[in-house]
Amino acid sequence: MALLDALAARLRQIVGAENVISDPAELATYDCDGLTYHRATPGVVVLPDTAEQIAAIVRACADAGVPYVARGSGTGLSGGALPRTDGVLIVTSRMRRVLDVDAANQRAVVEPGVINLDVTRAARPYGYYFAPDPSSQQVCSIGGNVAENSGGAHCLKYGFTVNHVLACEVVTPDGEIVELTEGPGYDLLGAFVGSEGTLGITTKVTVRLTRLPESVRTLLAGFDSMERAGAAVSAIIADGVVPAAIEMMDALSIEAAEAAVSCGYPPGAGAVLIVELDGPASEVDAQFERVKELCAEAFELRVAADDVERGLIWRGRKSAFAAVGRISPDYIVQDGVIPRTMLPQVLARIDAISRERGVRVANVFHAGDGNLHPLVLFDGSEAGAGERAEEVSGRIIDLCIEHGGSITGEHGVGIDKAKHMPRMFTGEDLDTMQMVRCAFDPAGLCNPGKIYPTPRLCGEVPGRRRGVHPLVESGKADLF
Amino acid sequence: MEEFRELLDDCVHCGFCLPTCPTYALWGEEMDSPRGRIHLMDQLERGGPLTDSTVEHVDRCLGCMACVTACPSGVRYDRLIELTRARVEEDHPRSRGERLLREMIFAVFPYPRRLRALRGPLRAYRRLPVDLGPLLERVSPTLAAMERLAPPAARHVRLPERVAARGERRAVVGMLTGCVQREFFPGVNAATARVLAMEGCDVVIPKGQGCCGALSLHSGRAEEAKAFAREVIEAFADVDVVVVNAAGCGSAMKDYGAVLAGDPEWAGRAAALSARTRDLAEFLAELGPRATRHPLDLTVAYHDACHLAHAQGVRAQPRRLLGDIPGLEVREVAEPELCCGSAGVYNLLQPEAAGELGDRKAANVAATGADLLVAANPGCTLQITTALRRRGRELPVAHTAEVLDASIRGIGKESFLSRR
Repeated sequence: MALLDALAARLRQIVGAENVISDPAELATYDCDGLTYHRATPGVVVLPDTAEQIAAIVRACADAGVPYVARGSGTGLSGGALPRTDGVLIVTSRMRRVLDVDAANQRAVVEPGVINLDVTRAARPYGYYFAPDPSSQQVCSIGGNVAENSGGAHCLKYGFTVNHVLACEVVTPDGEIVELTEGPGYDLLGAFVGSEGTLGITTKVTVRLTRLPESVRTLLAGFDSMERAGAAVSAIIADGVVPAAIEMMDALSIEAAEAAVSCGYPPGAGAVLIVELDGPASEVDAQFERVKELCAEAFELRVAADDVERGLIWRGRKSAFAAVGRISPDYIVQDGVIPRTMLPQVLARIDAISRERGVRVANVFHAGDGNLHPLVLFDGSEAGAGERAEEVSGRIIDLCIEHGGSITGEHGVGIDKAKHMPRMFTGEDLDTMQMVRCAFDPAGLCNPGKIYPTPRLCGEVPGRRRGVHPLVESGKADLF
Repeated sequence: MEEFRELLDDCVHCGFCLPTCPTYALWGEEMDSPRGRIHLMDQLERGGPLTDSTVEHVDRCLGCMACVTACPSGVRYDRLIELTRARVEEDHPRSRGERLLREMIFAVFPYPRRLRALRGPLRAYRRLPVDLGPLLERVSPTLAAMERLAPPAARHVRLPERVAARGERRAVVGMLTGCVQREFFPGVNAATARVLAMEGCDVVIPKGQGCCGALSLHSGRAEEAKAFAREVIEAFADVDVVVVNAAGCGSAMKDYGAVLAGDPEWAGRAAALSARTRDLAEFLAELGPRATRHPLDLTVAYHDACHLAHAQGVRAQPRRLLGDIPGLEVREVAEPELCCGSAGVYNLLQPEAAGELGDRKAANVAATGADLLVAANPGCTLQITTALRRRGRELPVAHTAEVLDASIRGIGKESFLSRR
């Protein structure tokens, strides 16, 4: 603790005493992000205002050999910003200036603490917006989006955060401020976006702005079963239509959303589909008619007449995670991916597991790209319920892997899914990934303990590894 | 306390409340956000110590309830902060100076007669040839804030106990006159009574009505609030509807049911009064317009008072009432969900934070380019006017009732604005 106290004194010199938190009750409020299952009270919290301050903080941590974790709005769902009790939490929530909106060149420059939706708010007067739209877009930060390569409902057509970041100013783990850009040479920007805070801390992001579409049309379709809704999704994609979004919700998640925001979805629906098309009016109109035909099995079709109605349809979907709090005291938000065609089989298996274990599962997903978000419900005050839910949640991830999918679509691996990584990758795969990490962070102080189940090479616990790494042995890599 | 635990457990830590919280908007610190404060409350509930720093974060909450609107999980933060404030008042010894200030505020504001007694000295003070503001600021920032906020003394208006409906009677309604509203904005009460009468309501204005208890309730003075509530319930025992034109008062009265839930003698009557309470705009919208609206060529910026928009969910009705006036254009203020910093007695107890929020609101209001600001809460009116004046901008302010009154009576734009 003496080590941390000494470091805290240095941090106070860097950012001023009022921007360093060391009161135990205050520190505890930072003990988790949007995933409350994992908690750790940080050793020290620091609230910098500039890139130079972050660089100085990182250098101070490096000198002291103390680990550090960056955090934006603290809304992540994989525990990527879970603090270290023996480390420093660097919070970027005060770095929230929109520095430039350059509409002519379709770009904006923002600080990492800027809220996702605020980029769109700043760009909208010029006829542009920021396309990645995680459900938490009204609160999540751009820095967090970059770290997690966040997705959202409209990523089906527009891609993830990585497709909308043109450059990042980054403080590297050795305390240097560098600029990573798109361009010739290795795609370091591509490596950095989605690295879950393990390769450095972004301090300035140049994002791509997208032209607001001429026309947006939104359809809400009520089906009596998930199978029928799933069949409609496959039919739409097979027809060659690329909707901006196709979202599906099952009866349980509809119930939650209805309780939370009274979104007025078709009563009695076993599943709803939200299909949104955007683009040039003539194209959208033609395709919209086609989509309606392909949703013929729906018992109710509702078309949003205006932005207010569209907003209400989306509100139900976007508040679904938190809304589940209305029907269950606790829940785990799962995030997995499967090939779209496996949807019916996987849903049936999830249903079987849910019945077998007596654990309710609500399903919300980005149906267009096979990204599932099962919500596993439990009551933490009931003995063993948390463990049972955790088991069901894990089995759902196993299902995704079995069916050729992935353990995460957009929430990241973080601390929560590190244990699943060996199910998807071999030891050699993981070692190779860690070689990249070591190139950026040889001391292993930058958000250690995330993504990888066990420390290797430049490990979080140096010297634990026995023997020579196979990649080093074969001459493919060097150990820094 | 079981209720408290259950209320805490509703929070799933999603963070959707952060951007709408005024103090998070100012400082960007977790413990000055609703999610962080709930975390602090959770620590207290589990037996953690009530430290000075925790009290500070509780004190800094404006109680604006923007977080209640934003929360998808339905967390009753309003109840949580109310219960926590009551605990702070009980268990946390405040410094002598702080105690004195609080006692003084609560000995004056809920009592219209004492407020009226202040007007003479205030007028005399304003006529002094020297500016005592800086001196006051050194002695007590709270007193200085109070002095800055105090409006020019208005002429006292005595309302009759009953105003008869014009034309065929459509309803009999009680009217709350309030404390600050009554003493500093008597024109608003007069306009409210006239509009109600012109819309066909018999208006009953009980003489003995006192403070509704909103300031006490929102500051953790639970017993005091209950006593005020009982008196108001008694005063309005005989009317079907109580119409309230101050957002803070209306929100407190709609909470009486919860406030007196533990009092078997009063619980029933309290819940019934809450169910009969309506904000003026809410009531007029339900009643539907009957009186003719004359044109009023005005551009107005409509300000959402937190205790109207967040606490009572009344947003559309006042906009519709204003928008239906021929010639009148309603403009939206940017960041409408963000509190102006008035928040009951917050601008007296936390003048610095309140000042920053006031400046932010004033900038957004000024940016609308409107001729007039419309706000439905006396606290907001004082706060935003003061902040606008700091920017060197004098913008007339009116209550929704006064604009409706001017339109129904056919007072033109010039004559209406000249009286502001």
